[in-house]
Amino acid sequence: MTPDRETPVTTDPGETPAGTTGVGTADLTLDAQVAEVDIPPQLVAQSLGEYMRASLLRIRSGNSGVLPVVMAIVIVAVVFQIITPEHAFLRPSNLVYIFGLSTVYMILAIAETIVLLIAEVDLSVGAVALIGGAIAFKLVQQPGPNWPWWAAILAALVICGAIGALQGALVALLRIPAFVVTLGGFLLFSGILIIILGGADSTVSLNTDVPNQNFIYDMVQGLITPVIGWIVLAVVVVAAGTSQLRRLAARRRRNLVAPPLSLTVIRIALVAIVGAAVVIVCSVNRGTSLKHVTGIPWVIPIVLVVLGAWTLALQRTRFGRYIYAVGGNPEAARRAGVSLPKIRIWAFALCSATAALGGILLGSFFYGQYSTNTADPGQLVLYTVAAAVIGGVSLFGGRGKAIHGVLGGLLIGGIAYGVSLLNLGSLSTPLTYILPGGVLLIAVLIDVSSRRGSGGVTGV
Amino acid sequence: MTELNEAPTGASRGGDGAEPLLKLRGIDKHFGPVQALYGVDLDLPAGQVTGLCGDNGAGKSVLTRCIAGAHQPDHGEMFFEGRPVHIRSTRDASALGIETVYQDLALADNLDIVQNMFLGREALSRGLLDEDSMELKAAETLKGLRVTTVRSIRQPVASLSGGQRQSVAVAKAVMWNSKLVLLDEPTAALGVVQTRQVLDLIKRLRDTGLAVMVISHNLNDVFEVADRVAVLYLGRMVAEGPVADFDRQSIVEYMTTGTASGRPYEPAASASGEV
Repeated sequence: MTPDRETPVTTDPGETPAGTTGVGTADLTLDAQVAEVDIPPQLVAQSLGEYMRASLLRIRSGNSGVLPVVMAIVIVAVVFQIITPEHAFLRPSNLVYIFGLSTVYMILAIAETIVLLIAEVDLSVGAVALIGGAIAFKLVQQPGPNWPWWAAILAALVICGAIGALQGALVALLRIPAFVVTLGGFLLFSGILIIILGGADSTVSLNTDVPNQNFIYDMVQGLITPVIGWIVLAVVVVAAGTSQLRRLAARRRRNLVAPPLSLTVIRIALVAIVGAAVVIVCSVNRGTSLKHVTGIPWVIPIVLVVLGAWTLALQRTRFGRYIYAVGGNPEAARRAGVSLPKIRIWAFALCSATAALGGILLGSFFYGQYSTNTADPGQLVLYTVAAAVIGGVSLFGGRGKAIHGVLGGLLIGGIAYGVSLLNLGSLSTPLTYILPGGVLLIAVLIDVSSRRGSGGVTGV
Repeated sequence: MTELNEAPTGASRGGDGAEPLLKLRGIDKHFGPVQALYGVDLDLPAGQVTGLCGDNGAGKSVLTRCIAGAHQPDHGEMFFEGRPVHIRSTRDASALGIETVYQDLALADNLDIVQNMFLGREALSRGLLDEDSMELKAAETLKGLRVTTVRSIRQPVASLSGGQRQSVAVAKAVMWNSKLVLLDEPTAALGVVQTRQVLDLIKRLRDTGLAVMVISHNLNDVFEVADRVAVLYLGRMVAEGPVADFDRQSIVEYMTTGTASGRPYEPAASASGEV
């Protein structure tokens, strides 16, 4: 912790439920100031003002959840809007395209987050994702296997999950560093990908006239009409909002600390506003005056479902809890009866299965064309790890959420597309590496410094 | 945990002549050619704190691990509440109500207090974690132990002081209907104030009727909390008896030479420590 922290402690310890019973024991928190910043503000704040002060304190200690990446996204958006020719960056057509482009990074970053949380890394995530996409695209070919779309997707997820489990087993059972195992996997599967595609020059493409193949094409390219978009948004906001408020009410009934009502209402309102903004942007005609293009790409709800599923799995299930425990202190988890190999293998397997979905969406984004030129697995994995870390997932394990991967992926996609809009000619390609690389280094610096900070607290 | 607040019931409160909660007889343990324990006898009565002393390599950790189920003795008998038992794993030990707080505490820094206390034994409702019940139960346990200095039981363990971490680790151990708690060097890394806090906590555990064994190098702590003292010397139990039988000088001699003033330990009243 930095020594110059002189901010006064704002909340009264007597207000916490544990504190009110403090009869006969003095408050021995010698470093209350330091400890203060490590406590999520919603735990101690009883009013909105207190919450804001506690949040500020936490942000200054580099320990602040999604806020840095959200601010980075805003900064990137503003800067590119100013410097792109004709100020084109924030045009609705571009925003929708950026989301499509970012999809693969978002999904892969969620996948990578799972492995990063257990303090490992998966460098094969790009190659495995491309294999997943290629498998699904191959299996729906007609003439060819002509599998139904859902079976093809399921097969891709299962095969990639098995690949992940295999790599995970090498890491978990033989304790070979994940870096080495997945680096080998990255090269191995990059080669196998070319075999699956049928040679370095061949392309597997979807025939959009066949409904079965068109479904996979539509996963990114298909559009929901704005009216349905509004209805879905309203249903989601109302359902999520009431369930949040009911949980809060239940906690209050049982005399547990709950964040102030105003805060929850503001949060629900923010979600509603962001959702409404997305629907409005998607409702603007992105085509020409002759051919109207409006609607919300399918991929937006798909990403939200993946995000929701992983948020639920990581925050509300036993498996998720063990993921965090293994990342935080494997020895503690082992003594608590958690099987470390089992959790590690499952983490790698689910990472690869999630990545496979990202690979399928990537092919769909490229108008249903899959070839070795679709994406470079090496660049894909670098962008993925960068997205997760920029989003706020710790490289050292145990800290981060699925939402961090999504926001990091959006930032990376935004930078990549913004640079391509700049018409810099020969400078454009180097910048697509340099900018994310620079942002990644800054994110890692923040990660390291905050880790050092919270480590210092324990040395009492 | 309600039983922490209740007065101890039954005859388990270890007075003289009462059957100790855990009784070890003739425990041998060797690792390859190295004999770590030679026929160790030990009584751990309920409602009393037993201080286990010994120099480095005397066999304190091995003996603790035998009780905790991490090692199995080669020979010897264990009686828990008078019944012969075989503790083959830490799970067996937990099932009996034996919990161990190791020196490294085994807390995950990134998880909060509740999450740590329930790690491996999470409460579920409809397949999802039941955070609210876990939080209530954890709060109740901490309140019962009067661990009240934490600001919020939802704060990550990383933000706790050393004494608070020790308290959380102990609370985690006693939350599960435990009857015997083994504490390995509970004050080793703590400052004066925090040591005070932990020693008070140990006394409260005893007052709720638990059997407690404290492994410690620090004789101040031993004399502060222990009702009984057991001294290991090169794998043998050289002295075991009420704390009144010992003074600082004699414990140090037992620890370093196995005898005090050249004579082996002779129990004042009840027969125990066989050399």
